Amino acid sequence: MTVISTERDADQLTLTFVAEFAAPVERVWQVWADARQLERWWGPPTWPATFEVLELAPGGRASYYMTGPEGEKSRGWWRITAADEPNRLEFEDGFADENGTPSDSMPTTTAVVTLEATATGTRMVTLSRFTSLEQMEQLVQMGMEEGMRQAMGQIDALLA
Amino acid sequence: MVADQLADEEWDRLFHALSDTTRRDIVLQVMRQGQSISTLARRYDMSFAAVQKHVAVLERAGLVHKERRGREQHVHGAPVVLHKAARLLDSYELIWRHRAQAIDALLAEEET
Repeated sequence: MTVISTERDADQLTLTFVAEFAAPVERVWQVWADARQLERWWGPPTWPATFEVLELAPGGRASYYMTGPEGEKSRGWWRITAADEPNRLEFEDGFADENGTPSDSMPTTTAVVTLEATATGTRMVTLSRFTSLEQMEQLVQMGMEEGMRQAMGQIDALLA
Repeated sequence: MVADQLADEEWDRLFHALSDTTRRDIVLQVMRQGQSISTLARRYDMSFAAVQKHVAVLERAGLVHKERRGREQHVHGAPVVLHKAARLLDSYELIWRHRAQAIDALLAEEET
């Protein structure tokens, strides 16, 4: 059972997302650190991710692409700014062009992930920080829209 | 939760309104300070009519509103903008909810 709480700050453009998992911290770290596991959940349902590079160490990077429903590809990168296995991970997440070169014009978000042990498993806290309202809009607009619509549909169905 | 979400047509209007670079910039400009349409036209080197068209699209999306000041039309960021921003964060939250569900499924799979 996943217990979730969220806190958003529209002025600071941050979203704090808390989830609890019934697995030890070391195991939850693996869903981040193992590319094959990471790509099973990082992309929205209609845009699965494929990680070609994943180096979870300070100064490390990740390179990935997400494949859309029409076979179109959206490339992204991470720049790891802090990593303390298995408790803490900080990275910048941005879009890239078709060669994997980071794009300056595309939105970048900063993520801080902390994993802490609880009596029943692991609490994962993810803080996402957007650099501007415009970038946030752009991010939500790009490729994420379909996934969001799906998610909303599912929530609708749950509440019906 | 559902009541707090944007309706489909609201999403469409919002995304359409923000899909254009000039319109996004207009929103950012008028959020800081109200601007006349002629000031905006000078800023973008566009005709008065072209800017007016952009402003109309933004107005329909609820992002800005117009106010007549003498002979000038002033454009302001609507207070609703911040509210929309909050809703956009909600959308990002949904992405994370999805991810947490998928992680949960992944973890459960290995237990069996």
